[in-house]
Amino acid sequence: MTQTDRTRAHMSQAGTPASELPLLRVTELAKSYGGLPACRDVSFDLWPGEILAVVGESGSGKTTLLKCISALLSCDTGQIEYLMRDGVMRDIHALSEAERRFLMRTDWGFVHQNPREGLRMRVSAGANIAERMIAVGARNYGKIRGAAENWMDRVELDSARLDHQPNTFSGGMQQRLQIARNLVTHPRLVFMDEPTGGLDVSVQARLLDLLRSLVTKLQLSAVLVTHDLAVARLLSHRIMVMQGGEVVETGLTDQVLDDPQHPYSQMLVSSILPV
Amino acid sequence: MTGDMSDLKPTAPIIQVRNLHKSFTLHTQGGIKLDVLSSTDLSVAPGDCVALMGPSGAGKSTVLRCLYGNYLPQSGAVLIRHKGRMTNLVGAEPRVVLALRRETLGYVSQFLRVIPRIASIDLVSEPLITLGVEPEAAREKAATLLTRLRIPTRHWDLAPATFSGGEQQRINIARTMVVDYPALLLDEPTASLDADNRQTVIELILEARDRGAAVVGIFHDEEVRDAVCTHRHHVAAPDGNRDAPDTVDSEDRQDLAI
Repeated sequence: MTQTDRTRAHMSQAGTPASELPLLRVTELAKSYGGLPACRDVSFDLWPGEILAVVGESGSGKTTLLKCISALLSCDTGQIEYLMRDGVMRDIHALSEAERRFLMRTDWGFVHQNPREGLRMRVSAGANIAERMIAVGARNYGKIRGAAENWMDRVELDSARLDHQPNTFSGGMQQRLQIARNLVTHPRLVFMDEPTGGLDVSVQARLLDLLRSLVTKLQLSAVLVTHDLAVARLLSHRIMVMQGGEVVETGLTDQVLDDPQHPYSQMLVSSILPV
Repeated sequence: MTGDMSDLKPTAPIIQVRNLHKSFTLHTQGGIKLDVLSSTDLSVAPGDCVALMGPSGAGKSTVLRCLYGNYLPQSGAVLIRHKGRMTNLVGAEPRVVLALRRETLGYVSQFLRVIPRIASIDLVSEPLITLGVEPEAAREKAATLLTRLRIPTRHWDLAPATFSGGEQQRINIARTMVVDYPALLLDEPTASLDADNRQTVIELILEARDRGAAVVGIFHDEEVRDAVCTHRHHVAAPDGNRDAPDTVDSEDRQDLAI
C-alpha cells in the first residue's frame, strides 16, 4: 500500500506501522435501549494476541458491549475501529454492509453461549464448518471436506460424524462444533459470549483446555464475556470489570483478581466460593 | 515510561525500587485501610541477590508482588531493565507488563497455580515456546530441568494437580528457571523441598547469578539464604497508626516514570 492510500484511509494513522496499532480500538461507546443505558462511555484497545475478559454480573452490559463491538448491534455513539489486514484502521460502522459481512465471516469469529444461535441445526456438521470456507471462495469439494474433517479432529469431535446434524450432538459437542466453524477461516479476532456457560463442569473443563491451546497456537485475539472469574483467570491476559453499563476497573488479569481496587470488583472476587 | 538508557553500564542495576507505597482498602469490610509498605527503596545489580528480611506479615511477599506487577502500588516506582531500558512497572500498560514478564522478569510464587489437565513437561516448556523457541528444543531444556529437580520421568506427561506439595513446587521452579530471565523474584522457593532438591535450587540460583541475573527473594531457610544472597533488605510494616500517604493521582505517576 502506498502512503497516499494509507493517508486517505485514515489521516491520523499516516505512517504508523501496523505493529504499533491495536487490533481493535473502542472509543466512548454508548448504547441504550429505549432510554435505558446498557453501556456507557466504554473505551479500550485490544492488541494482537491479547485475550480480554469482560466480567460482571447479569445485566451489567457485557453482552450488549460484545454485540456492539462485533457489529451485531448498532451503537448510539462512539467509535469502533478495526485494524484491517492491509494495516489500516477502519471504523466498522462506517463500512459498507458487504464489507462488514465479509469481515464477520472471514476475519472475525463469534462464539455464542447457546451453540444453536451459532450453528445451522438442519445441515450436517461438515456443512456447518464448510459454510465459512465457501464464503471465502473455497470450491474444491475434496479440500473442503478434508479441512472440515481436520477441524473436527482439532476440536476433539469424531470425524466419522461429519455427516450428522448438530441436532444429534450433545451440548458440549455442539459448542466444539461452533468453535470449529468459527476458526476454520483463521480469524484474527474472536468474540466469545459465555462460551462455557451452559455446560456441565467436566465438559466445561475440556472446552477450556481446548480454547486455551487453540488461542495460544493460533495467536488469536479475543474478547471473552464471562461471569466466571476462574474462566477469566485461565484464558485472559486482561480484565475489564463492568457494573451498571460502565467499566469500573480494568487491568492485568492477575492484578485485578489478586488486588482488586474498586468496591464492586472486590465484592466479585470475594464472592467466589472456595472448593 | 522509558528513557534513553544507552549509557547503562553493565553493572547498573537491573531492578530499582523507589519510594514504594502499598496499602489495601477493604471495601467489603467497612473500608478499612491497611498500610503494608511505606517508602520501600531497593536496588539490585546484575549478579546480586537481595534477601527480603522481616517477620511474617511484614510485607515481604507484597514487595515481590509489587515488583511483578501483580499488586498495584499507590505510589513510587518499580524500574526494571527491559531490553536495555529502565521501564517503570507502576502505571505501565498491561501489554508492557506482559512483555516484561515474558522476556525479562521471572517469578516463582509460593504455590503453583495449577493449570488443570496440562502435562508437567508442557507446563515447563510453555514459557520458552511463548518466546519463540522451537517446541523440540524447549522440551529438551524442560526435560533437563525436570531431571535436575528429580521429577520422575513417568510424571512428566501427567498434570501436576495430583502431585505432592514439594513436587508441585519443583514444577513451579522449573517453569521459571527454564528461561534465562535477567531478573528473578523468588517467594520461598525451597519451602517444601527436601535437602537434595534444596541444594539443586541453590545451584540454580547461583547459576542465574553467575550469568548476571538480578535476584530478589524471600528465603526463610537460613542455610539457603546464606548460600545465595549477597545483600539483605529489611522490610518493616509501617506503624498502623501513622497516616499513610494519600493515593497519588495518575499525573503524579507519570512524573515518577522515567
